[in-house]
Amino acid sequence: MAARLIASFLRRLAPDLSVRADFELNSGEPDVMVLFGPSGAGKTTILRCLAGLDRPQEGSIRFGDEIWFDASTGVDVSPQRRRLAYVSQDYGLFPHLTVEQNIRFGMDSAPSGARDRVEALLRTVHLKNVGGRSPSTLSGGERQRVALARALARDPRLILLDEPLAALDLPLRDPMRRELRQFLRSINVPSLVVTHDRIDALTLGDRMAVLSGGYIHQVGAVHDVFSRPADVEVAASVGVETVVPGEVRDTRDGLATVRVGAVDLRVAHAIAGARMVFVSIRAEDVTLEVPRSADASARNRLEGRVTSIQPEGPVVRVTVDCGFLLTAVITRPALEELALVEGTPLVAVVKATAIHLIQRDVG
Amino acid sequence: MAVDWPAIALSVRLAIATTLILLLIGLPLAAWLAFSRRRGRWAVDAIVALPLVLPPTVLGFYVLVALGPRSPLGHAYEAITGRTIVFSFQGLLVASILYSLPFAVQPFAAAFAAVDRGLIETAWCLGASRLRTFTRIVVPLARPGIVAGMVLSFAHTLGEFGVVLMVGGNLPGRTRTVSVSIYDDVQAFDYARAGRTAAALLLFSFVVLAVSYRSQRKSGRTWPHA
Repeated sequence: MAARLIASFLRRLAPDLSVRADFELNSGEPDVMVLFGPSGAGKTTILRCLAGLDRPQEGSIRFGDEIWFDASTGVDVSPQRRRLAYVSQDYGLFPHLTVEQNIRFGMDSAPSGARDRVEALLRTVHLKNVGGRSPSTLSGGERQRVALARALARDPRLILLDEPLAALDLPLRDPMRRELRQFLRSINVPSLVVTHDRIDALTLGDRMAVLSGGYIHQVGAVHDVFSRPADVEVAASVGVETVVPGEVRDTRDGLATVRVGAVDLRVAHAIAGARMVFVSIRAEDVTLEVPRSADASARNRLEGRVTSIQPEGPVVRVTVDCGFLLTAVITRPALEELALVEGTPLVAVVKATAIHLIQRDVG
Repeated sequence: MAVDWPAIALSVRLAIATTLILLLIGLPLAAWLAFSRRRGRWAVDAIVALPLVLPPTVLGFYVLVALGPRSPLGHAYEAITGRTIVFSFQGLLVASILYSLPFAVQPFAAAFAAVDRGLIETAWCLGASRLRTFTRIVVPLARPGIVAGMVLSFAHTLGEFGVVLMVGGNLPGRTRTVSVSIYDDVQAFDYARAGRTAAALLLFSFVVLAVSYRSQRKSGRTWPHA
């Protein structure tokens, strides 16, 4: 049963603030789409419009041959009849019902066999013997699992999860993230997961849509979006550390020469006809060396000085002024080996294939 | 009689009937006030709150006029039952319901409005109709507020005076309530009987409040631990 969700709508939140969504989602395959963007970008609004809890002002939402919403005809199918699962950020477990009663709430009556069904659903989320307990006695991870089990009780055709990991304590987030990934892969129902966390997006998603400034900037395979952001907003929100303006001087044999600040970069990525570009470089693709070391195969050897050193857990973020500010991530042992302090002269090496260009509109 | 027992019994009967009927009409009305986004909501809010600011005699006067034998309502009632509605228990009941309306509806509505909106929406997404969501999720979660509204209506009806006097008059056994009885005794300088009746009412009120607050405290925990 391959139904396809086609959403194209606009919801105004205030006279000068609106959210526009344009994307498609295939069902019939376990496809996890991540809706990614900073807090306040409107991700939850999009999810609520899909669930039927908020009403867009323009556009339409179709699921298979059903029309869920159409602003031009006034069709707006109620959340009850969309038959989808919507799990809010705080999981929305009913505090006055037991775990079993919570799960049965979503079932279409039929008390015979309901108990077995509850047990089966709890097994799907790796829970046992919690049916009689109150949600208030469960841990954060258990609550999430109960909410997922309850969401499945209705055989939803689409799963919407709003920041599923945000309510969990940090140590719990890693294992739950992997578990959620396996869960979403195993159930064969397409899902849309809202998150502002890069690691969530990379771990959970097959595809991602990047929302920023009220509209979706890019939809694509997660890795593609991370390594080839479509514009500056996407690059900034997926966390590419160095995004600087540059000018393409020359393109030969698929290798572009881009002038950035005072230096020329060799880039193995060309945009046909583009001259003004943004250069995006991920910090983990930058290697730092002390000067006078042997020449390597890398195209770009940039001489500069350390301007700042910021420890971040096991790694250190080093910013180098080499005609423009370039950020690199290295390990602590590497920092000690190189004896880096602010002002240390060094060479930053970037492979031409690690540099990504984004077309720049010149106003 | 040392204590005006018939008056106490009548007051208690009136208070119970008023509370039950207010529960019946107050819950839907409060739900509408709490959840509706209609434009005219403020007007209904104001009407429900009117008895809070209106002197009981004014309210009683209008009820008397509206239910009197010359009014269409009173006339119809008389044609059907052969009795007048004013100066009867039924008349008192109508007046009491109007008079105590805000004491039931306002706590109900406040309790409904305080129920986490997210839980209501979750119930909808799980396929529950608005009615099922109301009865299975909203009402149980709003229970403390509903109990509070019932206790207030009960206490308020038990103690009403002006409205009763206007609409019910002072017919022993039929419309003479506790407060009217005490007032009569004081007027007749029978301080001893007034004091005993007042003490009986005081004790009864305390017991009702104590019992209901105790049940509140028990249900304060969201779930009895197994």
